[in-house]
Amino acid sequence: MPKMNMLQAINEALTIAMETDERMLVFGEDVGHFGGVFRATSGLQDKFGRERCFNTPLTEQGIAGFANGLASNGMTPVAEIQFADYIFPAFDQIVNESAKFRYRSGNEFDVGGLTFRTPYGGGIAGGHYHSQSPEAYFTGTPGLKVVVPRNPHQAKGLLLASIRDKNPVVFFEPKRLYRASVGEVPEGDYEIELGKAEVVAQGSDITLLGWGAQMEIIEQAAEMAAKENISCEVIDLRSLAPWDVDTVAESVRKTGRLLVNHEAPLTGGFAGEIAATIQQECFLYLEAPIARVCGLDTPYPLCHEKEYMPDALKTFEAIKATMNY
Amino acid sequence: MSNATQKDERQTLVHRVNFIEGNALSIPILKILQADGTTYEGAIEPTIDQQLALKIYDTCVFTRVLDERMLGAQRQGRISFYMTCTGEEAAVIGSAAGLDQEDVILAQYREHAALRYRGFTTEQFMNQMFSNALDLGKGRQMPIHYGCADLHYQTISSPLATQIPQATGVGYSLKMQGKRNVAICYFGEGAASEGDFHAGLNMAAVHKAPVIFFCRNNGYAISTPTEEQFAGDGIASRGVGYGMHTIRIDGNDMLAVLAATQQARAYALEHKAPVLIEAMTYRLGAHSSSDDPSGYRSKEEEAKWREHDPVQRFKLWLINKGWLKEADDAALYEKYRQEVLDQVKVSEKIPCPSLDELIEDVLDTPTPALKQQLAELKAHIKKYPKAYPKTSGRD
Repeated sequence: MPKMNMLQAINEALTIAMETDERMLVFGEDVGHFGGVFRATSGLQDKFGRERCFNTPLTEQGIAGFANGLASNGMTPVAEIQFADYIFPAFDQIVNESAKFRYRSGNEFDVGGLTFRTPYGGGIAGGHYHSQSPEAYFTGTPGLKVVVPRNPHQAKGLLLASIRDKNPVVFFEPKRLYRASVGEVPEGDYEIELGKAEVVAQGSDITLLGWGAQMEIIEQAAEMAAKENISCEVIDLRSLAPWDVDTVAESVRKTGRLLVNHEAPLTGGFAGEIAATIQQECFLYLEAPIARVCGLDTPYPLCHEKEYMPDALKTFEAIKATMNY
Repeated sequence: MSNATQKDERQTLVHRVNFIEGNALSIPILKILQADGTTYEGAIEPTIDQQLALKIYDTCVFTRVLDERMLGAQRQGRISFYMTCTGEEAAVIGSAAGLDQEDVILAQYREHAALRYRGFTTEQFMNQMFSNALDLGKGRQMPIHYGCADLHYQTISSPLATQIPQATGVGYSLKMQGKRNVAICYFGEGAASEGDFHAGLNMAAVHKAPVIFFCRNNGYAISTPTEEQFAGDGIASRGVGYGMHTIRIDGNDMLAVLAATQQARAYALEHKAPVLIEAMTYRLGAHSSSDDPSGYRSKEEEAKWREHDPVQRFKLWLINKGWLKEADDAALYEKYRQEVLDQVKVSEKIPCPSLDELIEDVLDTPTPALKQQLAELKAHIKKYPKAYPKTSGRD
């Protein structure tokens, strides 16, 4: 299998999807000739023409509304929001329109062909507005799917599945890994099923759950724990909405302990939803309270970024505290 | 003028279908200063004396030097990010010079020259860029996100156009408070595509807020050229649609910018109403230190615009006036190069704000839950001091 970084894998997925679906369009700020500020859409305009891959004016609400209109009329729009921090002008179009198009019309209309791609997350010295992880604003909205890949292989398969899914999908890309994550990626067309978590490493003492860029952090913490003879089962949730309760619950019934890690602030983060569901599903199996290792309840800071992040050391400490509860 | 409301009976009626062309309105560009530093025949200079002119020029030189040095510092890895104002100094400084010191500035992010004009010190610039303990913004935002209440310059927020409707609110509040001040709102032609632009200008016109909306039409929104940004006659034509006093000017012409801003300010105060200024200019540098313009525009195009250097044009005017000598100019550059270099060395050694600052200002007082999070963080750092070198061992 060829090795590539996450941007190349995303670019391949977009290319394949455009080749296999002539109704598919790719658009957003700077995505045309320039290929996007991260170059995820590099070469698409040359290959598919300006009518199918183009720059939009600088308006996220316009991009999202335009995408809704295209999807409602049978097209397959893949819209890029340049940074997840800038998705909020589009919030109304996504939350009130994309998410409710099918339901409000009694399935007379839908925008199922729609996918939003947007880079999220910190660790790049991006301060308040180039670092946020806003996934929980969207997981709290019925009618949307929310997907986050952890590496190039996953990114290609999950993006192809998201584009072809018959529901609007918000696809969060961990920008910290865009170039940093390099791995083998299968050639050609393949999809990874949405709504399914993946057990990345088997273990018996505690289940560590995360998604996106934090999977690397969790795996580092699991290695540290292994040196202290703690056996961690590591799960990548991959889809946050809908999320794979069965796989997580099955793991927790085995290990008796759960730790959830995400970059977004603790309060109102998606870990809270997971913890509530798992205590319901696995109450009599739990040996310790479900641990959450998350960002602090502050805006994403610049100079204290390292201190703010739910890093491997904090995760390792939480693993030990859960084991010793 | 008729007003397209149901109550207005003065509207002109026609009885045949007759569309108005999308390009029917073509707004001229005000130019006062020629490339050789002389003024156009018949042009009227703004109110400007030697002292004001030299203060403007001093700010130009400082900004050039700051941009050159700090982009270099970013390339050396000393700061994480930078954005230059190069090529747009006349638009920013000429407008700042047309204001009162207490007029409120709401900038986009490329207007640090206006802050300098107001009196922001070299030390204050450096402390922000190095995110150190003396930064007014407490090290929380990326470099160039300045703000200073004393200088009536609201803190920069990276999301585009959010400051536009806010400026309307600020302007309206100045009117309510009976102050003889206006708000000025800077933004680019790209940001003018955001919904906030429409919301802000429409509300300002309807509610009669004394605001100068100052658009820097610099040709590009990152890589996107103006022809992919809008199809009409620029940004100025929209002002007319909002029923707003509007002008288009050469943004590289210091005297045109100053004259337009002085008169816009007087109008805004007298009529308690907004004004739109569209300054035609060119972003000579990259969008930011993360950008490489060679991917979307030619060297020839950049070279052509370098010939329209706003600082050079204004300098020639000063020399023609006998207000500046070449030798003084060279000394000014040298003075600021040294000053910036010296301050870099000082500011980069000042530590980052203490960990306690991390939880301040989220609300007016930290919640008990947040204090608990900080206590846990401090205990964690005490356990692993080497992993957190910026904050360990400090309390």
